[in-house]
Amino acid sequence: MTQLVTDIICPFCGTLCDDIEVEVSDDGKKIIKVTNACAIGAEKFLHAQSPDRIVRPRMKQEDGSWKEVTYDEAAKYTAKILCDAKKPLMYGWSSTSCEAQATGHMIAELVGGVVDNTATVCHGPSLIAVHDVGIPSCTLGEVKNRADRVIFWGCNPAHAHPRHMSRYSIFSRGYFTTKGSKSRKIIVVDPRPTDTASVADYHIQIQQGRDYELIDALRVALQEGPLPETVAGVPKEKIYDIARLLKSGRFVTIFFGMGVTHSLGKNHNIDIAIALTADLNKYTKAAIIPMRGHYNVTGSGQVLGWQFGFPFCVDLSRGFARYNPGESSANDLLMRGEVDANFVIGSDPGSHFPFKSVKVINELPSVCIDPHMTPTVAVSKCHVPVALVGIEVGGSCYRMDNVPIESRKVVDPPAGMLTDGEFLELVLTEVQRIKGVAA
Amino acid sequence: MTEILIKNGFVFDPVSGIKGDKKDIAVKDGVIVESVSAAAKVIDASGMTVMAGGVDIHSHVAGAKVNVGRNFRPEDKLQAVYEPARGVRHMAGGNSVPTVFKTAYKYADMGYTTVIEAAMPPLYARHTHEEMRDTPIIDQAALPLFGNNWFILEYLKNGEIDNASAYIAWLLRSTKGYGIKCVNPGGTEAWAWGLNCMTVNDQVPYFEITPKEIIAGLMTVNESLHLPHSLHLHSNNLGNPGNYQTTLDSLKIAEGFKANNNFGRDQVMHHTHIQFHSYGGTGWGDFESKGAEVMDYINKNPNITCDIGFVTLDETTTMTGDGPFEYHLSALNHLKWANTDVEVECGSGIVPYIYSKDVYVCGVQWSIGLEMALLAKDHMRCYLTTDHPNAGPFTRYPRVMKWLMSEKARDEVFASMKAEDKVRDRSTLGSIDRELTLYEIAMMTRAGTAKALGMGKKLGGLVPGMQADIAVYPYNPETASDPEQIEYAFSNAKYLIKSGEIIINDSEIVSNGNKQTYWVDVKTNPSKQVEHDLREMFLKYYTVTERNYEVEEHAFMKNPNVISIDATQ
Repeated sequence: MTQLVTDIICPFCGTLCDDIEVEVSDDGKKIIKVTNACAIGAEKFLHAQSPDRIVRPRMKQEDGSWKEVTYDEAAKYTAKILCDAKKPLMYGWSSTSCEAQATGHMIAELVGGVVDNTATVCHGPSLIAVHDVGIPSCTLGEVKNRADRVIFWGCNPAHAHPRHMSRYSIFSRGYFTTKGSKSRKIIVVDPRPTDTASVADYHIQIQQGRDYELIDALRVALQEGPLPETVAGVPKEKIYDIARLLKSGRFVTIFFGMGVTHSLGKNHNIDIAIALTADLNKYTKAAIIPMRGHYNVTGSGQVLGWQFGFPFCVDLSRGFARYNPGESSANDLLMRGEVDANFVIGSDPGSHFPFKSVKVINELPSVCIDPHMTPTVAVSKCHVPVALVGIEVGGSCYRMDNVPIESRKVVDPPAGMLTDGEFLELVLTEVQRIKGVAA
Repeated sequence: MTEILIKNGFVFDPVSGIKGDKKDIAVKDGVIVESVSAAAKVIDASGMTVMAGGVDIHSHVAGAKVNVGRNFRPEDKLQAVYEPARGVRHMAGGNSVPTVFKTAYKYADMGYTTVIEAAMPPLYARHTHEEMRDTPIIDQAALPLFGNNWFILEYLKNGEIDNASAYIAWLLRSTKGYGIKCVNPGGTEAWAWGLNCMTVNDQVPYFEITPKEIIAGLMTVNESLHLPHSLHLHSNNLGNPGNYQTTLDSLKIAEGFKANNNFGRDQVMHHTHIQFHSYGGTGWGDFESKGAEVMDYINKNPNITCDIGFVTLDETTTMTGDGPFEYHLSALNHLKWANTDVEVECGSGIVPYIYSKDVYVCGVQWSIGLEMALLAKDHMRCYLTTDHPNAGPFTRYPRVMKWLMSEKARDEVFASMKAEDKVRDRSTLGSIDRELTLYEIAMMTRAGTAKALGMGKKLGGLVPGMQADIAVYPYNPETASDPEQIEYAFSNAKYLIKSGEIIINDSEIVSNGNKQTYWVDVKTNPSKQVEHDLREMFLKYYTVTERNYEVEEHAFMKNPNVISIDATQ
C-alpha cells in the first residue's frame, strides 16, 4: 500500500503552491508520484530520489578530485574559514527554511560576515524602490477574489511561475470574480511574444529597456495629459486606452519581474511602477506584487529584516549591521576582491553571477551547502550535501506576497544525511568554541 | 532556582495598595514569596523605586507590518545609534521600528516584562510568532484581527452568535492568538474597494452590516467565550478632525454589556489609542481637542478601559490595520506608503510620520493625550501607551511619565512650540496642574494593564504568589526634584527580574531570559455550520489550504503558555 501525503508545499518558486499531493511507498522512503505540481515542481520532488545523489560532504584535493569527509570535519572547515576571514561572504539563503537562515545569521554575527541573498541579482532593485516610495500591495488571495485588471510587466509566469495564473491571477474564480478569466482583463507588457502574452487580452510589445518611459506615459495618460505619438514603441492611443481600462477596473494588480528590475533603470523602473500603482488608487483600488523567484527568497529578506533591520546585503563585519546595496552586495564585494572566504547555501551563484565573480570564488577558501552538484560546487573547496527543505525536512517559508507557509517533510533524506539547520548548528557550535563565547 | 531578596526599596504596588513604603520583596522559584532563606541573593534597592514588571497592553512589535516598517525604512536606523553586540546582547538597531533584539533590550531597560502585539493578521500569524520567538526576554501575546473578517461579517449579519463564537475559538487556536482585536470595523473591508466606513452606521459594501453591529457582536462573543481580555477596539474614523462623535457612538455600544470571565477583568471594551479618536473641529484649520468630553464619558462608564497613544513629538513610522487611514495619511504628508490587503480577513498600511512640535496640529495631538490621562479619574482603567510606533516609539514611555508627573516639564514643551498660544488654546492641558504620582504611573503601566488583559492574578503586582517580574529604578521619590530624573530612571532600570531570573544586574543586561508566549485555547460546542464554512472558504477563497493555516505550537513557539477555557456551557 502506498500512502498519500497531502497539503505539501512545493519548494520551487515564489508561488509556493501548498496543495501538492505526493504518493510515497509504504515504508515512507520512496516518492512514487507527484500530483498538482507543475512540471518543474514535480521534477524537483522526483529529483530528490535520484540514485546518483551525493550523500556525504567532500573536500576538494590539490589535483581537483573530491575526498569524502564527515559532517563534523566539514563543519570544522566551515567554521575555521569563517573565523579566519576578515570579511566572509555568506550568500544565498533563498532555498532554505527561515529557521536555517536564523541559525546562519547567528554565525554571521559572530564571525562578522556579510549576509546577502539572491535578491541581489533578482528583486534587489524592487527592495531599493520600496525604500524610496513604499509599496501598496495585497495577498494573492485578494487578486484571486477581487482583481478585474491584471498586468504582467516584464515577467512570464507561464514558464517561470507555471501555476500562478491558474491559482491566483487569471483563471481562478474568487468571491467577486466568479467567472474566472472572464471576470478579468489581462495585460502583458513584454517585448517578446511569450506564452503569457498569448493568453492576455492586450499584449503591449514595448521596446526593450523602455519600461520607465511607458510607465511614465501611463501616469500622464491617467490624467488625460498630452503624450507624443508613440512612447517606447507604443502608439499613444493604445496608452490612453490602457489607462482608461485600468481606471474603469474595481481592483488593479500589477505583477512585475526581471524584465523590469534588471533592464536599464533598475530600481527607478520599480519606483515609477509603484508610483503608478499609488496614482491608480485615486481612481480605483490598485496593488503591485513582485514575482519572486526562489520559494523562500522572500523569507530570507524577512528574517534579515527582523533580526538586523535590512532585507539583503547586510554587512556585519564592523560589529554592527550596515547596508548599502552596490557596496555591501555580493558581486560588488567579490569583484572588488574585498571578501576572503565564501559560504554559499540555497543558491547557485556559479550559474548566475558574472564570470569575474565566479573566478574569485574559485580562488577563495569556500564552502557550498547544496543537495545537488552545481557549478558553484565545482568552484568551491568544500561541498556539503544536505536534506532538501520542503521534501525531506520542514520549515517556515514565505510566499511572494510575504505570506508564511510551513513546508512539510514528505520522505526521509538518505541515511545519515543532515539538514541545513543541523549542519549550521554544528558550525555555530564550532564558531562559538573558536571565539570562546557561551552557547 | 535561586532565591532573591530586594531590600529597602520604595515599593509602589497598586495591587496590594503599597504607596512608596520601604519594603523588602522576596523571590523564590520564579514567584514572589513572603520570605526567603539567608542564602538568597540580596539586591540593595536603598533609595530606589521598586515596581512590578511593566505590562504593555498595546504595541506593534512583531509581525508582517512591523517588518515592512523595518525593511522599507533603512533611514530609521540613523535615528538612533546601531548598537554592536556585547555580552549576551545581539546587534540591535532601529528607532521607531527596532529589530527584535533591540525591542527586547529597550523594553527590559524600561523595566517592562510583558508586551502585547496589538494586531496580528491571522494569515500572517506564523510571521508574528516567528518574530516573537526570536524576541528575547519579554513575554508576549498577539491579538488577531476580526473586525473585517468575512466569516464574522456573515455570522454577525445573520445574528449567528454561536457560530461566530465557534469560529473565533477556532481562529484563536489556529493562530495561537490571545483575544479579539477589531480595527476600523467594516472600514478595512471597504478599503479593499478603495472605500471606508466613517461612522458606526455606515454599511459595509456587499456585506450589509454596520460597524455598530460588528462591535456589539464581537463584545457578545467575547463575553460568551469568557476570554481573559475584552474586545480590543480601534474604532472607525481614526485621526480625522471631528471624529470624537464616532468615538462616543462606538463607546456607547458597550452600554448594558457586563463582563463575564474568571480572570478578574471588569471591562467589556478596551478602546485603544483613544487620543487619536478624540478630535474636534471640521478640518485641520479649526482642529481642537475633545479629549475632555471623551474622557468624561469613560470616567462615568466603568465597563470601559482605554489606552492613550501619547504623541511624543518624534519622527516615527505609523502602521495600522486601518488601511484607508494610512492612505489618507500618505496623501497628507506625501511620504512613502505601504499597504497590504489580506484575503478574507483584514488589511494594513504603513507611512512614516514626523510629529513636529512646530506644527500646531502635532502640538495639539500631544496635548490631547496628556490632557486625557490627567483628566482620567481611575488610572486602573486608563493606560500609558504610544500605540508604538504610531504616536511615537515605545522608548519614549519614560518621557511621557515625566510629562504626566511634572507640570514644569509640560510647560517646557509648550514654551518650545512655535505656535504655543494656538496649541494652548485648542486643549485644556495648559489649565491642568495635576501631576500624577508614581502610584498612578504603576496603575497605568502594570497593575491596570495586567487586570484589563485578564492577567491581573499573575502579573502587574508584587503580591506573594505572583510571577516574579520586578523592576528596580534608580529613582528616589523622597529626594528627586528634577523631572529629567524621571525620564532617566525609567529608561535605565538598575535591576530587572523576570520569572525569577535576573535579566538586568546593575544596569547591564546579563541574560536573554526564558520568554513565554501566551495564547488562549477556548473549548466551544462543535458547530457543523462553521466546519462546513471553513471547508468552503479555504477551498474557494483562501490561497492556502486549511491544513496549512494553523500555526503549530511546537514549531513556532519557544515557550508557550496556554490559557485554557471551557466555554461549552
